[in-house]
Amino acid sequence: MSTFVHPYLPNSVPEVRREMLDELGVSSVREILENVIPEDLLFRGRLDLPEPVRSEYELRRHVMSILNKNVTTEDCISFLGAGCYKHQVPAVCDELNQRGEFLTGYCGDTYSDHGKMQAIFEYTSMLGELLDADCVSYTTYDAGQSVCSSFRMAVRVQEARGAKRSVILVPDTMDPEILSQAESYTRSAAVLKPVPRRADGRMDRKALSALLSAGDVAAVYYENPSYLGFLDDDPESIAALAHAQGALVIARTDIAALGVMESPLNLGADLVCGDIQPLGMHIQFGGGQAGYIACAEDLSLLKQFPTYMYSLCETDREGVYGWGRAMNYRSSHGSRENANEYFGTETGLWCITAGIYLASMGPQGMYDLGETVLRTTAYAAELLKEVPGVRADPFGGAKFQEFVVDFTGTGLTVREINKALLKYGIFGGKDLSEDFPELKESALYCFSELTKKEDIQLLVKALKEITGGKR
Amino acid sequence: MGYYKTGRDFHEARWDEPVILELGEPGQRGVLVPEADPEVMEKTGDMDSLLPLKLRRRNRPRLPELSQMQVLRHYMRLSQEVIGTDINIDIGLGTCTMKYSPKVNEQLVRSEKLQELHPCQDESTVQGILEIMYRTEQFLKAVSGMDRVCLQPSGGSQAIFSNVQVIRAYHESRGEGAKRNEIITTMLSHPANPGTAATLGYRVLTLMPGPDGLPAPEDLKKLLSEHTAGLLITNPEDTGIYNPRIREFVDLVHEAGGLCVYDQANQNGLFGITRAADAGFDMCSYNLHKSFSSPHGCQGPGTGAQCVKEFLAPFLPSPRVTFDGQMYHLEQGGPESVGKLRKFYGVPAVLVRTYAYIRSLGPDGLKAVSETAILNNNYLIKKLLEIPGLSLPYGSGRFRMEQARLSWEELTKETGVTTDDICRRIVDYGFQDYFASHHPRIIPEPFTPEPAESYSKDDIDEFVAAFRAIAEEARTDPELVKTAPHRAALSSQIHEDWLDSWDHFATTWRAYKKHKKKEAEGSDI
Repeated sequence: MSTFVHPYLPNSVPEVRREMLDELGVSSVREILENVIPEDLLFRGRLDLPEPVRSEYELRRHVMSILNKNVTTEDCISFLGAGCYKHQVPAVCDELNQRGEFLTGYCGDTYSDHGKMQAIFEYTSMLGELLDADCVSYTTYDAGQSVCSSFRMAVRVQEARGAKRSVILVPDTMDPEILSQAESYTRSAAVLKPVPRRADGRMDRKALSALLSAGDVAAVYYENPSYLGFLDDDPESIAALAHAQGALVIARTDIAALGVMESPLNLGADLVCGDIQPLGMHIQFGGGQAGYIACAEDLSLLKQFPTYMYSLCETDREGVYGWGRAMNYRSSHGSRENANEYFGTETGLWCITAGIYLASMGPQGMYDLGETVLRTTAYAAELLKEVPGVRADPFGGAKFQEFVVDFTGTGLTVREINKALLKYGIFGGKDLSEDFPELKESALYCFSELTKKEDIQLLVKALKEITGGKR
Repeated sequence: MGYYKTGRDFHEARWDEPVILELGEPGQRGVLVPEADPEVMEKTGDMDSLLPLKLRRRNRPRLPELSQMQVLRHYMRLSQEVIGTDINIDIGLGTCTMKYSPKVNEQLVRSEKLQELHPCQDESTVQGILEIMYRTEQFLKAVSGMDRVCLQPSGGSQAIFSNVQVIRAYHESRGEGAKRNEIITTMLSHPANPGTAATLGYRVLTLMPGPDGLPAPEDLKKLLSEHTAGLLITNPEDTGIYNPRIREFVDLVHEAGGLCVYDQANQNGLFGITRAADAGFDMCSYNLHKSFSSPHGCQGPGTGAQCVKEFLAPFLPSPRVTFDGQMYHLEQGGPESVGKLRKFYGVPAVLVRTYAYIRSLGPDGLKAVSETAILNNNYLIKKLLEIPGLSLPYGSGRFRMEQARLSWEELTKETGVTTDDICRRIVDYGFQDYFASHHPRIIPEPFTPEPAESYSKDDIDEFVAAFRAIAEEARTDPELVKTAPHRAALSSQIHEDWLDSWDHFATTWRAYKKHKKKEAEGSDI
C-alpha cells in the first residue's frame, strides 16, 4: 500500500494501518488480496486516471472551470419545457434537502429514521390531497417509469380478473421519450397502440371506440395536458368509452396544474401518474425528475403497485404513529423474480422536497401557481400570433404551460430560428421536427409563473426581426 | 487514543411531531407565488375562458396551511429524527457502501451552472456538463476495462435493467431472441438481478451457494442450455467472499452462447485491484451513489453506470455523449439501440460528484480506497468475532473483501434475542439501524456490516463495542433488547402486523382517517 494520506481515508496513516495489519497477522493488504484473488485476475497496472487534484480549492476551481462553460436559464430567457419545468423553488426546499440527515440517510427504517419515514408519508399524504387519491406510491425514477409501471399494473389487474387483455391505447401525441421508454419496458407483457388525433390534436373518439371494440384493451392512457400542451376538456368521455369496454383508464397530468384543475381521478381515471419535478426541484439538466402513481382505495389496484409503499402503523402509545414498508412481497426486494416488477433506489430526496414544497404552497399557493401559468400561456399565445408567418397554438383551445408554434410559414427551420434567438439571449422552444415530422417546422414553447410579460414581448420582437430578415 | 468512546449517554431527538396535515391555520401562507402582470390579467379575462368548467377543480385541495417558519421548523425536527451518515458511524448498512460524501462536491452541484440548466438547451450552451459526462465515462472505462459507458441509469437497479435490455437486444439482433429466454443469477446477488430479468419476461434460474458460500461452476453447467440468454452475477457477493472461479463461470456461459453481466454494486473493494473486462465479462454496472461517494439522499436519486464491450455498444440507450475534438454532442442511438431509458440523460448531479470524487483521489487514491476498505473489513470481522454468539458463516478462516454477512444465530438460540431485536436496539446507541440481509434470509439471523474506507480504526472499535454491549444485554436483560428502542425518536414499537394487512394499509393520512371512521362506525374496511 502506498503512503498516500488523504482526508477521506483516516486509516491511510501508516502507523494506524500497521496496527490493523498486525492485528490480522499480515504485512500488507496485497498479501490479503493474493490470498483471495487468483493471480491472473489481479490488475497489475495503474488505473489510467488523471493525477489527483490536491486541495478543495483547486478541485472547486477545476470543476467550476468546466461547469462555467454552461449557459443557464438564469443567464438567458428560457421557453423550454417538454417534461422538465422551471418553477420557483422555495428557499426552504433548498435549505432542508441539504441537511446532512436527509442528504446522507439511506435505508434506515422505522426506528433510526423515524423522521424520514414521517416525511415520506407526509409527502404521499399531501400528494393524495392534491390528486384526491387515497393511495400514493413511493417515488419512482421519473414520470416515464411511473407510466411504464402503470401500464404493467393495468395488464396485471386484467389478468387478476381473468381477462387476457394486453393492449394499451396511447395518444399519438404521447411524450416521445416516455413512449420509447414504455415500449421497451412493457414489451414482454403489453402492446402499445396509438390512437389517432383529431384536427384539434385531441384523441379521436371514433377511432378510440373502434380500437376498444376489439376487446383486447387492458387500458386507455391519456395525457392531460398533452405533451403538446393542449387540454382535452372532456376526459370523462374517454373514460366512459374505455370503461364500457372493460378497459382501465390511466391518466398522466401536470402536478403544477392541480391547484386549479380537477384531478383525473375525479374525471374517470383509475390510475393517475406523472412527475413531481415541478414541486421544488431545480431543473438540473433533467436530474430533478421523480415519478408517482396514485389511485383510489381499490384493492385490485393496490395489490399491483411495484414500489415500496410506506404505510402508517399505530403503536403501543395512543396518538404516536410509526411507519414501515407494507406488503413488501409485491416488490423485488420482497420476492425477487416473483415480484410485480423490479425496484431499486429511486428518488427519496425529491419526495421529501416535494412534501416541503406542498406544505409551503398550501391550497392558495397551488391555486395561484395554476392561475398564473394559465394566464401567462394564454397571453403568450395571443402575442405570438402577431408574428408574420408564425402559427402560434395551431391546435387551439385550452392549454396549460405549453403550446406548439409552427414556423413553417417563415421559410426558416426551428434550428435556424433557435440559433438566431440565442443571440438575443433566448432559449427558443423545443424543436419538434424530428419527433413530429408531420408538424413540419414546429417547436414546443413553455411558460410558467416565472415568465414575465417583458420576456414574451422580447421573444415576439426577436422573432419578428428574425423572420423578417433582420438579425 | 483518538476519539474512541463508549458509554455515550445518547438519546435521539424525539419531537413527537404531529403529522403535518394536522398543523397550521386556514389562511396562513408558506411562500408567495409570482403573479401575472396587470396587463396579462386584463388581456386574459376571467378564468372560465382559460380552463373549461369541466376541468375546473371543484374542491380546494386540503393541503396544510402554514407560515414559512413553521414549515421549516417541522422539517428541521423531522431531520433531527434521521441518523444519516453525516451523524454517526454508518458501518451497519452493508451492501450500501455508506462512505463519506465530500462537502465540496455538494457545493459544486449546488452551483447555478448545474441547477438551472435545462436538458433541451442547445448543445453549445451545455458544453460544461457534457464534458463532465464524457470525461467521467472515460474514467469508468479505465476502472472497468470496458469499451463503452452509459451514465443514464437512475440507479444500480436500472443499470442492471439496462444491461438485461442489452442482452435481449443482442440476441434479437442474431435471431435468437425467442429461443434464449432464460437468465441465470445467484441467490446472493441483489434482488434487482432476478427482478429486472423477470420484468423483461425472462425465466429466472437461481444458483445456490455451496458449503463454501459460493455458487459452483458444476451447478452452473446443469442450468446452461440453448435457452441461456445470460448470467447476472455479483463478485464478491454480500458475503464478501471473492469467487476465485469467476472466469470459469464466464467461459461456460460464453460457450453456451450467453452474455455475462457483472453487477458491481460491491465495487468498493475492487478499485485498481481487479477489473470486469479482465475476467471476461461483456458488461458491468456500478452504483455511483455507493462506491463513488454521492450521498444516498434517503433513497436516491442515485445513478448506475452501465459499461459494455465494444460489440454491445450499438444496443446502448439513447442518446450517447460524443466528442469530436472540439465540441461535445448528444448523439441519438441507431436502430439497434434499446431506446430511451429515462427522460433526458440520467442524474447529472451524481455525475459531477463522481467526477470530483475521482479527481480528488486519482489512480493511487482510488486504489487506496479499496485497500483500506478491505483492511477495515477484515479488522472489523476479527473484532466482531470476539463477541460470543456472533459467527461468520462459510468459514471464518479466510479473508473477505469489503463486507461480510455474519449471523447472530448462536446468540438467538441462547437468549431468544433476534437480529431484528438487535437492529432496533442499536439505535439506542446512536447508530442507524443495520442491514440484516436481502430477501430471502438464507443465512439465519443475518447482520451485514460494511466498514467503508471513511471509517477510522476508532470508529470501528466503537461500532464493535456497541454490539458487544448488546450481546451482553441479551444475556443479562433480554427484555431490554426485545422491547427496544428506548432512546430513539419513536418511543414505542409499531404494530408490525399492520404492515402485512391490507385492512390497515394506509399510504396517506386520508386513507388512515377513512379506516378509523369506518372502524368507529363498526363496518368492514
